[in-house]
Amino acid sequence: MTASAIPSTLTPAQLVDEYFIENRNRLIELAAFLDRIDRADPRLADADFRLRVFRDALQILASDAPDRLHQIQLLLSDPTTTPLAALDRKGARGAWDASAARETR
Amino acid sequence: MRYIDHHAHMVSRTTDDYAQMALTGCVALTEPAFWAGWDRSTVEGFEDYFRQLTDFEPKRAAQHGIQHYTWLGMNPKESDNRELSLEVLKKLPAYLEGPTVLGIGEIGMNRVTKNEIATYADHVAMAARLRQMVLIHTPHLEDKLKGTRVTIDVLRQHADLAPSRVLVDHAEEHTIELILEHGYWAGLTLYPQTKVSAQRAVDMIERYGPDRILVAGACDWGPSEPLAVPKFVMEMRRRRHSEDLIQRVVFDNPVRFLSQSPKFSVPGAVTAAGRA
Repeated sequence: MTASAIPSTLTPAQLVDEYFIENRNRLIELAAFLDRIDRADPRLADADFRLRVFRDALQILASDAPDRLHQIQLLLSDPTTTPLAALDRKGARGAWDASAARETR
Repeated sequence: MRYIDHHAHMVSRTTDDYAQMALTGCVALTEPAFWAGWDRSTVEGFEDYFRQLTDFEPKRAAQHGIQHYTWLGMNPKESDNRELSLEVLKKLPAYLEGPTVLGIGEIGMNRVTKNEIATYADHVAMAARLRQMVLIHTPHLEDKLKGTRVTIDVLRQHADLAPSRVLVDHAEEHTIELILEHGYWAGLTLYPQTKVSAQRAVDMIERYGPDRILVAGACDWGPSEPLAVPKFVMEMRRRRHSEDLIQRVVFDNPVRFLSQSPKFSVPGAVTAAGRA
């Protein structure tokens, strides 16, 4: 599909001026979250599938790849279309557990 | 600026929220039937809820000058219960006749189970047979991409259901193209923690243009923001977008989509056709 872009009339410099502070805050919140997890249990970052995906997402975030947001959305998503045979729980967990999916095949 | 919130679960909200929405320019809203946070046990429970949506909420909204419309159906969170879903489906046609019922919704999937797909497919078949408009919930978080793909696969089995009469809601960056390229309307629901923020919604408007895109605040019983649409308007202004473009997204687009139902009208509204 061809995107029909409506660019913001803000200049690149104005975009940075307008949004830098709040995104600086988001960056620090991320760092604080990871430090908090480490203080609780340094092994958790490897043990919890959500944190493993989170770490992979940070690699994308730090890269120069185009469309980082799209890549991260895909990384967090179940890529299959296979229905569940039965309802396992009501809520989503926020990340797709690829290793658990492999085990149930 | 006048706006229409096409996805607002007002049964979970106080009258003060209606007042705030009215004060910030809301002139109409549509309320899809949804999950109450716990599972109902009988079809009578659903009928009481449908009466609340068709009788009580329109009166509560009218006290603040807001027109209230609704969409009815078995919501995705309870649709895995096939026995109860089939009972609700039997009762549904009578309620669809109501003067403020715009169509079937919000239907769709939660965890994308076989039962959920069967219940969703039953609703879509009913919508095609009864020529109803449809509002579809797409699943949360890691299930969204999968659920959106299955949602569209089922819709495409019904050539008699015009894509222009179907709104696929809760779109995000990884699903919006799929929805738009098949001719459906895409809904962006603005939430403080999940789904889409006002900033990302504006990004998507900038990237894909305003055609067939709607924004809403959800007004859920969980963390959500009744004033999400006016806050989206503020974000559009922060990017220096024109008032015409903003009005197109928050007022003209919902009028254009919802006016496909002869039951929908907004007093004093500029029609979609008039602004085309």
